[in-house]
Amino acid sequence: MSDKLFEPVMGLEVHCQLLTRTKAFCTCSAAYGGTPNSQTCPVCLGLPGALPVLNKQVVEFAIRMGLASHCVIAAESIFARKNYFYPDLPKGYQISQFDKPLCEHGWIEIEVGEATKRIGIKRIHLEEDAGKSIHDDAVTGGNATFIDLNRCGTPLIEIVSEPDFRSAAEVTAYLTKIRQIVQYLEICDGNMEEGSLRCDANISMRPVGAEKLGTKTELKNMNSFKAVERALAYEMARQAKVLREGGEIIQQTLLWDDNAGESRAMRSKEEAHDYRYFPEPDLVPLKVSKEWIESVSENLSELPQARRDRFVREYGIPKYDAEVLTLNKSLANYFEETLKFVKDAKLVSNWIMSEMMAVMKENKQEADQFIVTPKNLGRLLDLIVKGTISGKIAKNVFEEMCKEGADPNTIVKEKGLLQITNRDEIEKLVDKMLESNQSQLKEYLSGKEALFGHFVGQVMKLSQGKANPGMTNDILKEKLKKYA
Amino acid sequence: MSVTIDEVKKIATLANLEFNENELEKYTHQLNTILEYVDQLNKIDTSSVEATYHPIQYPDVFRNDDIKESLPIDKVLQNAPEKTWQYFVVPKVVGP
Repeated sequence: MSDKLFEPVMGLEVHCQLLTRTKAFCTCSAAYGGTPNSQTCPVCLGLPGALPVLNKQVVEFAIRMGLASHCVIAAESIFARKNYFYPDLPKGYQISQFDKPLCEHGWIEIEVGEATKRIGIKRIHLEEDAGKSIHDDAVTGGNATFIDLNRCGTPLIEIVSEPDFRSAAEVTAYLTKIRQIVQYLEICDGNMEEGSLRCDANISMRPVGAEKLGTKTELKNMNSFKAVERALAYEMARQAKVLREGGEIIQQTLLWDDNAGESRAMRSKEEAHDYRYFPEPDLVPLKVSKEWIESVSENLSELPQARRDRFVREYGIPKYDAEVLTLNKSLANYFEETLKFVKDAKLVSNWIMSEMMAVMKENKQEADQFIVTPKNLGRLLDLIVKGTISGKIAKNVFEEMCKEGADPNTIVKEKGLLQITNRDEIEKLVDKMLESNQSQLKEYLSGKEALFGHFVGQVMKLSQGKANPGMTNDILKEKLKKYA
Repeated sequence: MSVTIDEVKKIATLANLEFNENELEKYTHQLNTILEYVDQLNKIDTSSVEATYHPIQYPDVFRNDDIKESLPIDKVLQNAPEKTWQYFVVPKVVGP
C-alpha cells in the first residue's frame, strides 16, 4: 500500500447533511424518502422571483461543529453563488460560502495506534444540496434522466481539512471521529451509505523527506468507510507506480468505482469547473453575535473524547471499553442508564460489548432501538452480582429477554432458574456426581488433578447450570480431601 | 481591463450560450465598453475601505425551522416539458 520511496499527502472534504426539519432557505420539509418532488416550492425549484430566507437552525448546527472542532466563528460571513449547469440544480447555481466562511482555523485530534495527531480544519462552510438524478436505464427506460428535487436545498456543512494526512489509517480515524462528533452534536446522522456523510479526498505523493508537494488528484464517489480505504490505497499505489517509473501525475478528478475496485478519470467536460463564485445578492451577510456563540457553547453536549475519559475516571473501566462504549451516543447513554440499576461498571461494560453488541449487530440496531431496556439489563446483571443466578444462566435469561423484552426477574421465576445456594442441595449433587464418576475419581486420587475441572462441570450439568460455582468448588474440594 | 474574443467564447460556453462570429465580436466590444466604464472605479483609492458584500445593512434575517406546506405536485410539474410518475424528465445526462 504505502511506498517506501514516497509518502502521501492528503486532505479531506467532508459534507454533512444537517438534521434540520426544513431546508436551508425555504420551509419545505428536509425529510428523506418522500415521494418525488413532493417537498418542493418556488424557492428550491428555482422559480423566478423566489427569494431564499436562511434557516436559523442551520447556522446553530454549523456553529456547534465549529466549536467542537476548535474553529474561530466569523462574526460576519458571506454567502456566494457557485455557478454550474446540471439538471438537478434548477437555479443554475448552488448557494455556498466562498471567501468568507462561517468557521475557520480549527483542529480535530485523532488517535492512530498509540499516537495522537492534530488534523487542521481549514474551514467549515454552509451550503445547500442539489437534487437527485436517476440515470438508471432500468428505471428511466433509457435515454432519459429522472429528476427528484426533494433533496434540493437541504442544508449541508462542508468541513475542509488541511492536507495533514500521511496515511489511509489517519484518514479513517479522522472520518470516524467526524462521524462520532456530528452524531454526538445531533447535527447529522452520519450515515455514509445513505449519503448524509460524504467525503472527497485530495491526494498527492512526494519523495519521503521532500518539502515540495506533488501534483494532486481529487477522489470522489466513496460511499462507505471501506470504500474510502480501498480507494485511497488504490490511488496511492497508482501514483507511486507512475512516479517510480518516472512518469507525471495528471491533475484530475477521479471517480471511485467500488464494484470494479478502481477509479476512472472524469471526462474533461464533466470536470470543467470554473464556478465563477460571486456574493449572493439575495442574502444579507450572516452576522453571528458573541452572545449567540456563547449560548451555543454553553449548551454543547459532552463530546466523545471527553465522555470516554470521564468513563475511565468515573467508572474505572479500561480505556478500550470506554472507547467502544462511546463510539456512538446512544450506546454511551445506554451504558450510563444501565448503571443506575447495577453497580458493577465493568460487568455492564463486558455484557454490552459482548452479548448485547452481538445481538445488535445481527439485527442492525442501535442501542436506543434495542429490545432489552437498560433497566432490564441492569436488573439482570444485578441478579448476578447478588448471586441469585449464575453468569451462565444469565446468558440464557438474556436470550429470552431478547425475544420478548421481558423482565429478567419474571423469566428467572417462571423458568425456575434461581441459583442453588443451599449447601445441602449442592452436597447432594456432588455426592451423586462422584458416585457416577468412580473411575475418574480413582484417576484423580492417583494424581491426575486436572480432573477437578471436569468434576465441577459435571455438577453444573447435573444442576442444569444452577449450582453456585463458588460453593460447588469449595464443597467439592472438601469432599475430595476426605477421599484422599 | 478588457476581454478577448476567446475569453468571451469561454464565458459563453460556461453560460450555455452559443454565438456566431458576428455576435462574438459585437459582445466582446460591448463588454469591453462596460468594463472600461466600470474601470473608472479603479481610480479611487479604496485601500482603507472594507469590501461591501451587500448594499443594504439589514439586521439578522432568519427564519425558524418550521415546516410549511410545499407546493402541490401538479403545480410543481406544471411547467415541466416532460414528466413521468412524479419526476421531471430530462435528456440523459452522464453521471455522477
